[in-house]
Parts: sequence; C-alpha cells; structure tokens
Amino acid sequence: MLTRREFIRNSLTILGSMSLGACLKQDIFKEKFMELSEEEKKRFLMRLEERYERRYGIKFSVKDTPPLEGVVFGYALDLSRCIGCRRCVYACVRENNQSRDIPIQWIRVLRIKKEHFAPSDFESAEHYYNPEKVPEDGYMYIPVQCQQCESPPCVKVCPTKATWKEPDGIVVIDYEWCIGCRCCMAACPYWARRFNWKEPYIPKEEINPDTHYYGNRPRMRGVVEKCTFCIQRTRNGRYPACVEACPTGARKFGNLLDPESEVRYILDNFKVFRLKAELNTEPRFFYFFSLG
Amino acid sequence: MIAVVLCILIFAVPVSSNTLNLPRVLTSSFYPCSDCHQGLKTNPQVRKLSFHEDILLEHNNLWCLDCHSPSDRNRLRLLRGRAVPFEDLPRLCATCHGSIYKEWSNGIHGKRTGQWNGKKNYFICTDCHNPHSPSFESLRPEPPPLRPEKTLRRY
Repeated sequence: MLTRREFIRNSLTILGSMSLGACLKQDIFKEKFMELSEEEKKRFLMRLEERYERRYGIKFSVKDTPPLEGVVFGYALDLSRCIGCRRCVYACVRENNQSRDIPIQWIRVLRIKKEHFAPSDFESAEHYYNPEKVPEDGYMYIPVQCQQCESPPCVKVCPTKATWKEPDGIVVIDYEWCIGCRCCMAACPYWARRFNWKEPYIPKEEINPDTHYYGNRPRMRGVVEKCTFCIQRTRNGRYPACVEACPTGARKFGNLLDPESEVRYILDNFKVFRLKAELNTEPRFFYFFSLG
Repeated sequence: MIAVVLCILIFAVPVSSNTLNLPRVLTSSFYPCSDCHQGLKTNPQVRKLSFHEDILLEHNNLWCLDCHSPSDRNRLRLLRGRAVPFEDLPRLCATCHGSIYKEWSNGIHGKRTGQWNGKKNYFICTDCHNPHSPSFESLRPEPPPLRPEKTLRRY
C-alpha cells in the first residue's frame, strides 16, 4: 500500500527526471541535425554558440549555410609548382580550429623522389621531411587531404550515417552523431580523416569564431574530422584557406559546373589525374603538372 | 625576398571579374622616378651603379634600360621600345613570357584570393617575383607533423 509520503516522493522523482530528460533530449537522445525543423535548428545553433562563447570568451557564429544551387566544388593542385613548404597545412589548422596540443592536421604533404612518383603508389613517400630549405633537388611534393570523392568509401561504412555527401560534393560529418568507431578512417584510401583521442585544445587567442556546423566548429573528444573544402568559407563564395595561403599559387579551386572557372580551365587544358583512380572513389580533387 | 619586392612595388589590385583591365596604384618610395632622373643624363653603359645599389639584377642578361624607358623614367619600356605605364607591367613581362602570361590570365599561373564566384584579388607578376631577380628563393618549411610515438607522450 502506497503511503501519502511515498506517493509524493515518487511523483516528484518522476516529474524531475522527465524535465531533466527534456533538457537533455538534444544532447543525449539526439535527433539528426538535418531532420530538425528550421526553428529547432536555430535554437540548437544558438545553444552551441553560447557554449563556445562561454568556453572561449569570444563572440561565436555557428552557421548552417546550405549548399549553393548549381555548384559542385572541385579542386586542382599543380604538382609542378608545389614546393612542400607546408604553409597550407598550418593555414588549415588555424582556419579550421584543429587541436594544437595533440596536433591534428588535415593536410599531409608527401615527399617522394621524382623517379618513384606514381599516382597510386606512395610506398616510398614520407611526410616527416624537414630540410633546411625546400624545394629539394630530385624530390616532388604531393599535398593530400580529403579528396571529396564522388563515391566515398567512408560514407558507405559509417554505421550511424554520421557522414554523407552533400549536393555540392562536400563530404561532411555531423559530429553529434559520430560515435568514434573510426570505420571511416580505415575505409579511406587517402588517410584523410583524423580522430580526436582527447578533448582538443585550441588557445583562446587562436580560435576562429566564424564556423559552420558541419565544418570548423570546435570538436569534442571521440569524433572524427577532416577537410571540408573550408565549408564555412566556400559556401559563402570565398576560396578555401589553403588556396589563399599557398605562396606559389599551386592550389586552384572552383565550381566544376561553371565552364568559366579556373578548375574547368585546368580540366579542359591540362592532363589531370586523381590519386588511386583504380579504386573508383572518383575524387573531386585533381592533380596536374602545368610545366614540362 | 617577397618583402623586398613588396617594398619596391606594391600594386593593390581590386578586380571585379575575370578581366585583365586592372586598375592599380603604384606605391614606391622612389616613384615618380623623374623626380631624380629629370636632370640626369642617360648613361646606356652596363656598369656597377652608384645608386640603387640594393637592387640585385639577376634577370638573364637584361640591363635596366631594357625594361625601364630611357626617355620617360616614369614608364616601362616594352621589348620593341614602346613606353607603357607601370600599371601595364604584366604586358611587359608578357613580351618574353607569353605562355605564362596566358596561363596567368586564365588564373592558372600565380595566385588569386577572394571569392571563387565573384570578386577576386589578382596577384600580378611583381607581387610574387622580384622583377630584378625573378626566380623564387627556397623557403624554410613549416615544422613536420609529430611522429605517433611523440604524440603518445603528450597524453
């Protein structure tokens, strides 16, 4: 038999846990971001902004700019001009709020002997090179980042559908849905994905507060991240950070559907190739030689 | 080296679309050159200069007056002798480097910043190359990524 006291206590517990549940619904029993209504999205982004503002003490903007109509992004990299100086790597780190204490870098610059170069064999390539001066005689440099494949193997293997290809060709990750199983990292033939083994640390003065929900907003421990062609910049018409950082102008970016764009000029006028083309991942990242 | 170039010739290049008609402002501490050269007699002799000694001329076998107009010091001289303003500098370079000029006009050679679908900032020849010694200096690379064993130690 329920006493009055027990009844009150039990009902208070139930009521309390219900209201707590409502608060945490977004955080624990998450719904997919893209399935939220516009109103819910706005509220959710505002909560994220407030959270980041508290943590970094600076005004944040977390956008969810949708893909542009009639745009498919493409990238072209001129291997005859790349000197392997890694300026792109660090521009990317700063723009995309990558972890600094345990460094996470989305771009890897491979160095390979010129005579060993082949578009699908990087057995003899290394990325820890550190000479006094670059370029070095007899070597060439191949920056590798997410190739934004047309048929991305990482998307196929994701058990929670936390990563997918957007209509403008960018493969994005919903960090809220990533469970950190790292299947995508194993599936990616380009070693383009990075894992946050611990809570990433970014100094307050180096944080970039202009962010996108699927892009460079600060990540949490246990999620996978990768290059998004600087989604927060390119969806607003700007060039990616690596393009603007390259001192030799080896990096080219544009709309593959626009016949006037720089990438299309390269596709039309140069012999281009893609890394590991035999895997049929069909990257939207092209490499070419403008000289010789 | 790039800094030196920027000090000598800084062109601000705001461009609306893929045109080559680039309105530019030339700011050099020496410009206009005629301020000093007005009263000086032109000496076509190839020699060691007693002024402008900071300029290292390593551009094939060229000499000052191959590119600077001897009759009008505020202008550049095209290959066949026509004087053009400093703003037309890419045309001067194009007289020898035609194929590169074509690639530059199409956005392949060199660099553009700004917007991929709109307003671009063009980098013109002298933004990246020192016109007097145009080959690129080699650079100190940024530090390499940490090796996994070193990363582990940081946890």
